[in-house]
Amino acid sequence: MKFRKYFADNLLPPLLGLGLFILLWAMLAQGNETLPGPIKTWHSAVALFSDPFYQKTPNDQGIGWNILNSLGRVGVGFGLAALIGIPLGFMIGRFDFLNKMTAPIVSMLRPVSPLAWLPIGLLVFKAANPAAIWVIFISSIWPMIINTAMGVRQLPQDYLNVARVLNLSEWKVFTKILFPATLPYMLTGIRLAIGTAWLVIVAAEMLTGGVGIGFWVWDEWNNLNVEHIIIAIFTVGIIGLLLETMLIQLAKRFKY
Amino acid sequence: MKSFVPTNAMKKYVQIENVQMSFATKQGAFVALKDIDLKIDRGEFITLIGHSGCGKSTLLNLVAGLLMPTDGIMLCADREIAGPGPDRGVVFQNHSLLPWLTCFDNVHLAVERVFGATESNAQLNQRTSEALALVHLTHAEHKYPHEISGGMKQRVGIARALSMQPKVLLMDEPFGALDALTRAHLQDELMKIVAATNSTVVMVTHDVDEAVLLSDRIVMMTNGPAATIGEILTVDLPKPRNRLALANDAGYHRMRGAVLEFLYQKQAKQVA
Repeated sequence: MKFRKYFADNLLPPLLGLGLFILLWAMLAQGNETLPGPIKTWHSAVALFSDPFYQKTPNDQGIGWNILNSLGRVGVGFGLAALIGIPLGFMIGRFDFLNKMTAPIVSMLRPVSPLAWLPIGLLVFKAANPAAIWVIFISSIWPMIINTAMGVRQLPQDYLNVARVLNLSEWKVFTKILFPATLPYMLTGIRLAIGTAWLVIVAAEMLTGGVGIGFWVWDEWNNLNVEHIIIAIFTVGIIGLLLETMLIQLAKRFKY
Repeated sequence: MKSFVPTNAMKKYVQIENVQMSFATKQGAFVALKDIDLKIDRGEFITLIGHSGCGKSTLLNLVAGLLMPTDGIMLCADREIAGPGPDRGVVFQNHSLLPWLTCFDNVHLAVERVFGATESNAQLNQRTSEALALVHLTHAEHKYPHEISGGMKQRVGIARALSMQPKVLLMDEPFGALDALTRAHLQDELMKIVAATNSTVVMVTHDVDEAVLLSDRIVMMTNGPAATIGEILTVDLPKPRNRLALANDAGYHRMRGAVLEFLYQKQAKQVA
């Protein structure tokens, strides 16, 4: 009984949704011969993922390498953004002068599509790979700065009074009060940043080339291998979902 | 005790002379307190009572050093109050425990700050445990604030303040947010702790019964703006006090009547 209720409440709706989605896809594919249907795509995916790490030529490598390369670029660009964005966010949140100083720049640059920064990256680094990382860096730094600064600014006055009454040193204030109080906000920033970064990497790699899931999509388009493009879409989506879920789980541990 | 002539230091453990406090507002300076003169003895229990907005919390924050007076002199044990310090332990109304630290770590943070430079880790842990034992919370020391009741949180707050061995314990309506039964229970515990540690206490309250039950002197404040001390009532009921025995005590009712008269007749607050 318990399982039946759990099934009806939590498993049935998403399964039904997915089933309908695949049905719709199959019907669309039926009437359009250029769009491969679910079954054809599934067979192609099985073949593709049975040998994910082959390396024939620099431009012809397994899907595993493409995914890992993209994740690597995202990791480096995102890591650098965290390294700079989070301390910057702390300072902007803590010092009002700095906040007012940086606010116009941040507000102006944040709405710019990260891809607009690609030519600057290519110009400065004179290579495609660092330019792609640069685009990821730019796209993920804003949410980290903004959310960290917001967390610092939302610090309850009570906690600051405790710090003053106990006469805590600046270091203790940071490690025992400021950092733990800001952590949930920071994790939200990180989650938003990783989401954007993963969104942007596909587009960036389409432009820069090299090994990566974005370049692979473009390559398969040139080969007119539509099944592979659909597989890429699903792969990107599933990896994005996994990253998001991981960070939500992490954030849950730091809720007070 | 009271019959001995106290030494100068005893007589004026906390000294507040001619203190004035005003805040800058858009409409100009707002005078919250003026002409405050108060001397507090060592081991004395003082309550500040008055209608809301009379500046009693402001006065407490001045003693705590969280605010600086715009005029006048404030001394604690003959030293000028120039900011918050571990010689004045503060218990906040809303407990203000850090939610990411256990009860033990919350108290340890205070202990470490005051004694960390001179004592070993074992001694610091010992002090922390002792402070929690004083408020009967040894069983909950590894719990987080959200896992314990409001009354227990307030007791951790008291333990944190006492663990620093402050010269003065400052309490800002510490039991205001608790239900009546828990409040009575904590008042009884506080009386025992104060008797055992011989603490000097300044407590803000708006509860007349609480003031009479706990105080040696009740400082009654006039309504703001520019509030000041209206009357000081010495509560000479013998200690230890028992709330049940006092319920039928003529002296208790006389004191209670005096405070009520001050609050509701002399300083009757106009309905806004």
